[in-house]
Amino acid sequence: MLIRRSTDILPSEITTESQYNSRRDWLKAAGAMGLIAGLPALSARDAQAQAGKLAGVKPNAAYGLPDGEKLNKFDELKNYCNFYEFGTDKTDPPANAKSLKTRPWTVAVEGEVLKPKVFDIDELFKLAPLEERIYRFRCVEAWSMVVPWVGFPLSALINAVQPKGNAKFVEFVTLADKAQMPGLRAGVLDWPYTEGLRMDEAMHPLTLLTLGAFGEALPNQNGAPIRMTIPWKYGFKGGKSIVKIRFVEKEPRTAWVKAGPSEYGFYSNVNPTVDHARWTQATERRLGEFGKRKSLMFNGYTDQVASMYTGMDLKKFF
Amino acid sequence: MAIHLNNFRSPSATFVQRVKWLLIVLGMMPLLRLIAGFPLGWLGANPIEFITRSTGTWTIVGIAVTLSITPLRKLLNWPWLIRLRRAAGLLAFFYASLHFTTYIWFDRFFDVDDIIKDIIKRPFITVGFAAFVLLIPLAATSKNSIIKKLGAKRWQRIHYLIYLIAILAVIHYWWLVKKDLTQPIIYAVVFAVLLGVRLIWKLRSVSSEKPPLVAKPPSD
Repeated sequence: MLIRRSTDILPSEITTESQYNSRRDWLKAAGAMGLIAGLPALSARDAQAQAGKLAGVKPNAAYGLPDGEKLNKFDELKNYCNFYEFGTDKTDPPANAKSLKTRPWTVAVEGEVLKPKVFDIDELFKLAPLEERIYRFRCVEAWSMVVPWVGFPLSALINAVQPKGNAKFVEFVTLADKAQMPGLRAGVLDWPYTEGLRMDEAMHPLTLLTLGAFGEALPNQNGAPIRMTIPWKYGFKGGKSIVKIRFVEKEPRTAWVKAGPSEYGFYSNVNPTVDHARWTQATERRLGEFGKRKSLMFNGYTDQVASMYTGMDLKKFF
Repeated sequence: MAIHLNNFRSPSATFVQRVKWLLIVLGMMPLLRLIAGFPLGWLGANPIEFITRSTGTWTIVGIAVTLSITPLRKLLNWPWLIRLRRAAGLLAFFYASLHFTTYIWFDRFFDVDDIIKDIIKRPFITVGFAAFVLLIPLAATSKNSIIKKLGAKRWQRIHYLIYLIAILAVIHYWWLVKKDLTQPIIYAVVFAVLLGVRLIWKLRSVSSEKPPLVAKPPSD
């Protein structure tokens, strides 16, 4: 049942020419520096990574590598993260998230729905076909990556629980367990970390219930076992290690809005024309690049999402 | 204790010279780490950010070391420590220059309009820039010949600016962090202690009507 067919090769697994060349450069440099002796260890790690691949993931051709973009490295995603429950430095989550237990794991879906249900995480993996989608990921701190996520549209889960007519917003509640998450001891945010979307945003086909990245299950530090990815919004909108999804009537007060209402809004759409209270959002640094890029309206997803915000003053509803 | 503090009251000139060089060598270590770390991948996924933060941190540390020399000198009764102060201060200025260069180069790419807008519009950049500009006259008046030309009193008056610079540097750090204020608070406490002891000493010397201590320019 886990036999891999040739069609299962994901774009994220294919070595591009530039990656191939940069690896060759690296090998040359490493050889010159006498580091080549370490190579057997590296290939052992590659084999291990292969074993961690999720089965049955199909690339979704509609969300392939955008023109002019290059995938970031899995290591960049794994080693540069904001996950304050594990500490506020970018390198804290990779160092501290090993203590996170992702099985058993349940996600309670409740609130204004006809069929509330507590899902086991393994059940969620089978709720809809897993797809790989390559999205730009833009952090509110003005850095960005291009990541091949694995998951399925949140709408599949929403349809399964049948929201009532008065469900106007979806709230995501994430794990806050002091025993597993050393960062909770600092009162940096009002734990548990919560996020939210308007119903139409939650139902939007781009909104991805995310279970993996780079063909593997999510690394702990990136929000295992389940997180949200909303590619036209700043990264913090995607709650990590979600334990509860709640359908509500009123706009939920999210963790960052509570922490700094003048700096973080409920919508938090990527918008180069509306600066953060303290820094510019007009440009961003793509990890792996030295220059800065101009940030794109809605992170480059204007065609798909702009219609949801017609008539709204995006300077007011930032 | 095998070594008694008293042994360090008046060490030989060679000893002081060696300690000074040790301070300079240690002070270069953060830079060496950045230079070596860049090709070796020690600086993480966002090396520019790492360099910006590291040079900023070492600027503040350098200012703290510079400001701790006078209190240490008095507490330990080691007058020779004053001979390290200039090196410490210049190291702080060196890292401040690297910090500023990283910003104008890799953050703003020498776009002067952009930089001016940034300085006006972003309070944390305004105070950071002010702190850097104020450091320049201090670094520029560090040579013995200039100190002599200015006279100890006038030189001292210019160098009181370091107190303001320290405060601006902490505000700069405080305003730039996203949410976790732990680090800026640590430096704020350190500077509060370093400036606080000076204030206490000053008040005491005024109340006992002794003339205030005027630092002599270093003689080397």
